[in-house]
Amino acid sequence: MAREQELQAYWKENLKYIIVLLSIWFCVSYLCGIVFVDQLDKFKIVGFPVGFWFANQGAEIIFCLLIIVYVRLMNRLDRKYDVYED
Amino acid sequence: MSITTWTWVIIGITFAIYILVAIRARAVSTGAFYAAEQTIHPVLNGMATGADWMSAASFISMAGVISFMGRDGSMYLLGWTGGYVLLAMLLAPYLRKYGKYTVPAFIGDRYYSQSARIISLLCAIFISFTYVAGQMRGVGVVFSRFLNVPINTGVVIGMCIVFFYAVLGGMKGVTYTQVAQYCVLIVAYMVPAIYISIMLTNNPIPAFGLGSSISPGGAEILQDSSTQGRYLLDVLNGIHKDLGFTEYTSGIRPKIDVFFIVIALMVGTAGLPHVIIRFFTVPKIRDARASAGWALIFIVLLYTAAPAVAAFARTNFIKTVHNVEYAEAPQWFKNWESTGLIAWVDKNDDGIMQYGPGKVFAGKPTYTGTTGHFGQAMVSNVVSAEPNELYVDRDIMVLANPEIARLPNWVVALVAAGGLAAALSTAAGLLLVISSSISHDLMKGVLMPSMSEKGELLWARCGAAGAVVVAGLLGIFPPGFVAQVVAFAFGLAAASFFPAIIMGIFSKKTNVYGAMSGMIAGIGFTAAYIVYFKFINPGANKPENWWFGVSPEGIGTVGMMINFALIIIVSKFTPEPPEEIQKLVDRLRYPVERTLGETKASAKARAPY
Repeated sequence: MAREQELQAYWKENLKYIIVLLSIWFCVSYLCGIVFVDQLDKFKIVGFPVGFWFANQGAEIIFCLLIIVYVRLMNRLDRKYDVYED
Repeated sequence: MSITTWTWVIIGITFAIYILVAIRARAVSTGAFYAAEQTIHPVLNGMATGADWMSAASFISMAGVISFMGRDGSMYLLGWTGGYVLLAMLLAPYLRKYGKYTVPAFIGDRYYSQSARIISLLCAIFISFTYVAGQMRGVGVVFSRFLNVPINTGVVIGMCIVFFYAVLGGMKGVTYTQVAQYCVLIVAYMVPAIYISIMLTNNPIPAFGLGSSISPGGAEILQDSSTQGRYLLDVLNGIHKDLGFTEYTSGIRPKIDVFFIVIALMVGTAGLPHVIIRFFTVPKIRDARASAGWALIFIVLLYTAAPAVAAFARTNFIKTVHNVEYAEAPQWFKNWESTGLIAWVDKNDDGIMQYGPGKVFAGKPTYTGTTGHFGQAMVSNVVSAEPNELYVDRDIMVLANPEIARLPNWVVALVAAGGLAAALSTAAGLLLVISSSISHDLMKGVLMPSMSEKGELLWARCGAAGAVVVAGLLGIFPPGFVAQVVAFAFGLAAASFFPAIIMGIFSKKTNVYGAMSGMIAGIGFTAAYIVYFKFINPGANKPENWWFGVSPEGIGTVGMMINFALIIIVSKFTPEPPEEIQKLVDRLRYPVERTLGETKASAKARAPY
């Protein structure tokens, strides 16, 4: 039974990671890249209007980082709860 | 060597590589045919997924579309990348743990229902055929534009190549050829992009070049010394304003529509069967997660360069063509005039090409075969009252790029090979879905459950062969609706598979009644909306008639919401799924369950659930 609770804790932590990372996913693409794009375009980084940058490149690059972070977190979590495949 | 010779040589070499790889990676079991024996390294699978995903449209058309849409074009960049985050976190690892070969098989097992399996296999086949038709056509178009081969001959050559490695090699052959194809297509895309970026901005990374200022050399190419030292995007915005366009970095499409389209594309990506099955080929569950990350990195490499190519090409195009005498037009302009991608109508009879907003004439140019007194190819189209004199096909922004940038002939040939690689790799992935839907789901799963593995493998090969022929026919006789229904593929994937799979993993209580009613309502609603606006009443396809301001391209999102809502509500009021299904859902969630004696070896031999 203790093992069952452990596994449930594993799943809960996984869900927590997913929720946090998908919130960032939503912010950079839908909020920065679409909803608030005109407000952000008033600012500039080098030659890029910020909203335009998020929509064209920023969100895509952050997507990659999100997956990298998730992969690392999950590998650690798999080890912690002894469900790591060998 | 001439461009044509170079093109034959490079295409010949790449095709030889694909065939060689296919011979070495022959599939002799169903496990190899459907899932490459689950032995593909996650990085290689990431490359294969990248090639699988990036189609003829991504390679040839996307940058052009962006260059005409400005910021609105970014919805494709967002929509076609964001789905991989969903795949990595919500789908790939759990479906890999499930350990079988097709999406309909998962849905059929999870919802303990043959009807659910049949609905999803029909969806998978429909989605894949609508998608593959465009790929085979793309192969023909590349052949005809670069080698003056008739389009149909090009399609047949493409069919033969795909037939060879998809039918023989199955998933194993397709995977390794896709890896080779990814390498070809990324080199073909990046080489001209890097050259142009250096020429205009002195920045060797195109993605950064987009935000850089124009170099002295760049100003010379643009024939305007006042642009030197100004940011490229500022210059482009200025040009747009002068010609009467809206600013390049601003959008005109309603935000609500963009929002819904991006959701439909992202969720559709995550629900497309040919993408999902790629994650069945890696050895471990954690490889499935990592592989989604690698795939996205390989895709983003091209996708961050695309908006740069779009902006460079647009600036260069307007600066070197607008207000220039036809007699002085650059050489590439005259080369591509003969292919029908570009046309000039001298409305005010001054011998100077004027570019601006609005269409020159309706539809594509039809040439009369005669030349006007400036030497331009004449068209018989009825011209509009707009002052714009130039017809430009969006594809030219990528296809003519090397010539616009005056790159050596072998680079032009490389772009042709890249376009073919993109189209062929996507076609192969789709054909595998069709083949496995027929052999694994329809024949083995529903009609002839007692069939031997050998029999199933034979059906799989026949399915692939039949699908190649049908796809080729669709490429040779393109039904007029193909372009209209590509949006359908994404909308349908979003409204059918995605909710059923997600709820099947994340909610144990989801039952067959919820899943079936959700899928049927989602598909029905999405299909009805698209069919109405695209076929029954195309004249009404305007923002004021759309529900909630959502275009048919984005309606899959609403279909998905209906699907989710029904799954949740119906499952609440109908009997729970059987105990063993709930236990099995539990087991999907953990890579290995040591207390149940699961190890890597036993996971591999795990009985289907």
